[in-house]
Amino acid sequence: MTAVADCGLRCRLLSIVLAVVAGGLFGAGLLISGMTQPARVIGFLDVTRGWDPSLAFVMGGAVVVYALAFRWIRRDRRDPWFDVTFHLPTRRDLDAPLLVGAALFGVGWGLGGLCPGPGLVAAASGSITGLAFAAAMIAGMFLQHLSARVRAGGSA
Amino acid sequence: MPSSWLFALAGGSMIGAAGALLLLTHGRIAGISGVLGSLLPPTAVRDRGWRVAFLGGLLAAGVVAAAFAPAAVGASVRSLPLVIVAGAIVGFGTRLGSGCTSGHGVCGLSRFSLRSMVAVVTFMTTGAITAWLAGGWS
Repeated sequence: MTAVADCGLRCRLLSIVLAVVAGGLFGAGLLISGMTQPARVIGFLDVTRGWDPSLAFVMGGAVVVYALAFRWIRRDRRDPWFDVTFHLPTRRDLDAPLLVGAALFGVGWGLGGLCPGPGLVAAASGSITGLAFAAAMIAGMFLQHLSARVRAGGSA
Repeated sequence: MPSSWLFALAGGSMIGAAGALLLLTHGRIAGISGVLGSLLPPTAVRDRGWRVAFLGGLLAAGVVAAAFAPAAVGASVRSLPLVIVAGAIVGFGTRLGSGCTSGHGVCGLSRFSLRSMVAVVTFMTTGAITAWLAGGWS
């Protein structure tokens, strides 16, 4: 369909509206699934204390729906509606940042019971925990960007 | 409790559908840490419109929940200082590891990405160990 380059005002507006809808649906899914309840998340991750495996169905359901949709969306190499191309990750190498970063993320997730999406949703709901978590998360992201830049030698 | 499994499945399906909608319309991966992180300095991207809109929708869900279903956002099980430490580690780790539960977990696993599969196994493992250890002293 229409690419961003020749996208008029109405089309741009529609693209923004659909991104808002996607975000809203994502957030609603997190809320309904139980991912915004730290006690449930920790009860899922900690298999030693009355393990509650039900949250496995969140990722399970999401993966099934997304995998089927992915095949359908990419079926005949058409472009996305509002961009000239798909922006999909292409890397296949396993490097230290991937492993260390994922390991750290798991530690934070197991400690607080919140991952990034639910953290933002909880913050928007006005919960003190959510606001504190989200602020600290943004600070942590900023710190990572800074450290990556320092490692890269301070160049842009 | 069977209903919690059904809510998890329904919510998960909505998350998958939301990610699919973003892929269909914008050709983008719905990874929350990536979408948020790429808006932050000093490595912010220029293409901000869809990112701000997507996060706006996500935040709107939280606002609506606070008004109509406050119980959907659960109380913390940790003290505030620990929550802050957890948030900082999550922020740093997800950017270093190029993704979180949504980008690696949902989108990556669905595409059979090797990097995402390894990331998911890694954060599930350290998450389980941390939840177990932390459960003993807090």
